[in-house]
Amino acid sequence: MGKITGSQAVVRCLQEEGVKTIFGYPGGAVLDLFDALMDSDITNVLVRHEQGAVHAADGFARVTGEVGVALLTSGPGATNGVTGIATAHMDSIPLVILTGQVPRPLIGNDAFQEVDIVGITRPCTKHNYLVSNVEDLIPTLRKAFHIARTGRPGPVLVDLPKDLVATKLIYPEKTPIHLSSYQPTFYPHPVQIEKACRRIMKAAKPVLYVGGGVILSNSSKELTELAEKLSIPVTMTLMGLGSYPGSQKLSMGMLGMHGTYTANMAVAESDLLIAVGARFDDRVTGKLADFATKADIIHIDIDPTSISKNVRVDIPIVADCKNALAAMNKWFDTESSFKPAEQGERLKPWLTLISEWTAKHPLAYKDNGTIIKPQYVIETLHQLTGGQAIITTEVGQNQMWAAQFYTFDYPRHFVTSGGLGTMGFGLPAAIGAQMAFPNRTVIDIAGDGSIQMNIQELATAKQYSCPVKVAILNNGYLGMVRQWQELFYCKRYASTTMDVVPDFVELAKAYGAVGLRATTKSEVEPVIREALATNNLVIMDFKIEREEGVYPMVPAGKANTEMLLV
Amino acid sequence: MKHTISVLLQNKPGVLSRVTGLFSGRGFNIESLCVAETLDPNVSCLTVVSRGEDTIIEQITKQLNKLIDVIKVTEINDKDFVEREMVLLRVKAEAATRAEVLRVVDIFRGKVVDVSAKSYAIELTGSASKIQAIIDILRPIGIKEIIRTGIIAMPRATKTK
Repeated sequence: MGKITGSQAVVRCLQEEGVKTIFGYPGGAVLDLFDALMDSDITNVLVRHEQGAVHAADGFARVTGEVGVALLTSGPGATNGVTGIATAHMDSIPLVILTGQVPRPLIGNDAFQEVDIVGITRPCTKHNYLVSNVEDLIPTLRKAFHIARTGRPGPVLVDLPKDLVATKLIYPEKTPIHLSSYQPTFYPHPVQIEKACRRIMKAAKPVLYVGGGVILSNSSKELTELAEKLSIPVTMTLMGLGSYPGSQKLSMGMLGMHGTYTANMAVAESDLLIAVGARFDDRVTGKLADFATKADIIHIDIDPTSISKNVRVDIPIVADCKNALAAMNKWFDTESSFKPAEQGERLKPWLTLISEWTAKHPLAYKDNGTIIKPQYVIETLHQLTGGQAIITTEVGQNQMWAAQFYTFDYPRHFVTSGGLGTMGFGLPAAIGAQMAFPNRTVIDIAGDGSIQMNIQELATAKQYSCPVKVAILNNGYLGMVRQWQELFYCKRYASTTMDVVPDFVELAKAYGAVGLRATTKSEVEPVIREALATNNLVIMDFKIEREEGVYPMVPAGKANTEMLLV
Repeated sequence: MKHTISVLLQNKPGVLSRVTGLFSGRGFNIESLCVAETLDPNVSCLTVVSRGEDTIIEQITKQLNKLIDVIKVTEINDKDFVEREMVLLRVKAEAATRAEVLRVVDIFRGKVVDVSAKSYAIELTGSASKIQAIIDILRPIGIKEIIRTGIIAMPRATKTK
């Protein structure tokens, strides 16, 4: 077989991994790679800022379940990508980020556009590599994809020196990947499964607390089966929304800081908390000492470090959620002493109590005539899309209202930066999602603050004909920070008022998009209808109630039962 | 409580910084750290001594195991083990104290490895407590310089009965 250049080999390797779309931005150190891409069927989506490239690859990965790929140049190209990489790392999203590096003889010499990106991203990647020998190039890339997609997924960065990708090599045959020091535990220990199932059969007030791991492992089906077989109510984290249908009776919605009254009360009263692919994040637990104090805890997670990190766990199960849930379902199916009907009967008082909580304090907001309430906008979006849209969000109030009021019935429909809480995530992520599914409705629910953090990506959306719908909940504030200032800082609105904001309708036009505005409640529905009927990039500017808050809210450091309600 | 953790790692550039970065990034404490190649030149062994509650040590070992380049993590404290540290000490040795210093070195089975008109350099190996003991005794005489290697440790072989 003849020799090809390192760049051509990288492109061939991407094709071998099934990559069709990547997100990137060129520069001196990656000229060879972009040149080689031109001869392939891989589309590079040329973003307007490298942060956008990584978020778009991330959005692509979240909706497809495939590895997202970003290609950035050395130095500032790579450092601009860091926020995107950290975002993906916190939410366990499989990405491969390829960065250019200065030629090997210049590494360490403070060369033009040189930065130690492997050093910089060490704490915010699952793993990273600097390729220094040409024969390692393809094996390293294959390992990068393997590490990114297996176990607890995450971003893997591969730094490629410019002279190395210009060197010729013989493309190596694909061989099975074996990493002796990386062996995730995929299958649960049967003893632990039995112990967990027997404990579940004894529980009077069980709660399923499910997180992003259920979505990442594609185990919504197994989870739904378990919940329904055992009549166990389900609460989901922000990352877990859609893993169990939000409109089903057993769903209690989201828990935690902005969770439902029902979910937080249920966890507090529960005698058995079954955590699946969730990590007991501080936004979920509130004050740790008061979290689920009456409950034994079963914790299923593929990452052993998540178990007993914040909360002591009684029955740990290290495994892929899909395999663990399937094993539990099988156990109940074959256990003669287990009768689904009796179980349903047994849990009746618990389910009654739960529906009483929901009746007493459902998710709610005060409607007051003509002023647009943000929750109403989200509800209308839900209604007019039939709950089928892919929703991305920015971060802050827009994100929480989206999580609360767009009832998610399907996994991989809600794309949001949970762990890192990255403003500016939603628009590029929506572009990534739309590139993956050109025919589906993709809506970025944004605030007037966050949308400005990566607004340059409107041009990317336009260039690649992504008919993303951006719904700006415009209150003229950095609303979530303002809400904290209102509640905990005596209404001193330090640096949360944006006095100068672009005219988003005119801005949309400047980008060749459609701009629509609603200033009264009655205009909301027509605007959304028009946006959904438009096969173009659309910005909807909703002038909402300026000081609307997100409720319920658990003040930082308080127990989840100490919620502030509407 | 003090814990000694032995870690086998891929002997590659940047691996040590993954380990130390993990400790600093997560606020784990490092009391001493010692690393060198094993019989297999592709593998190095790192011995780290840390202090913390059992739950913290459990997190440390799990987090270490999670690093892709880490091959094996052993908490030595769980087992019967031998630990050793080496120290090099430069001690003031003037006319009045020269003999006294030599006596102390002899009692601790140390070695004088460098001599000058006003000082001795002493080499000593032993457990951390033995090293501490000689330091306490020589301090009043005058320690001019001290360099410690940090602890290395090895579990004792399993005894067959």
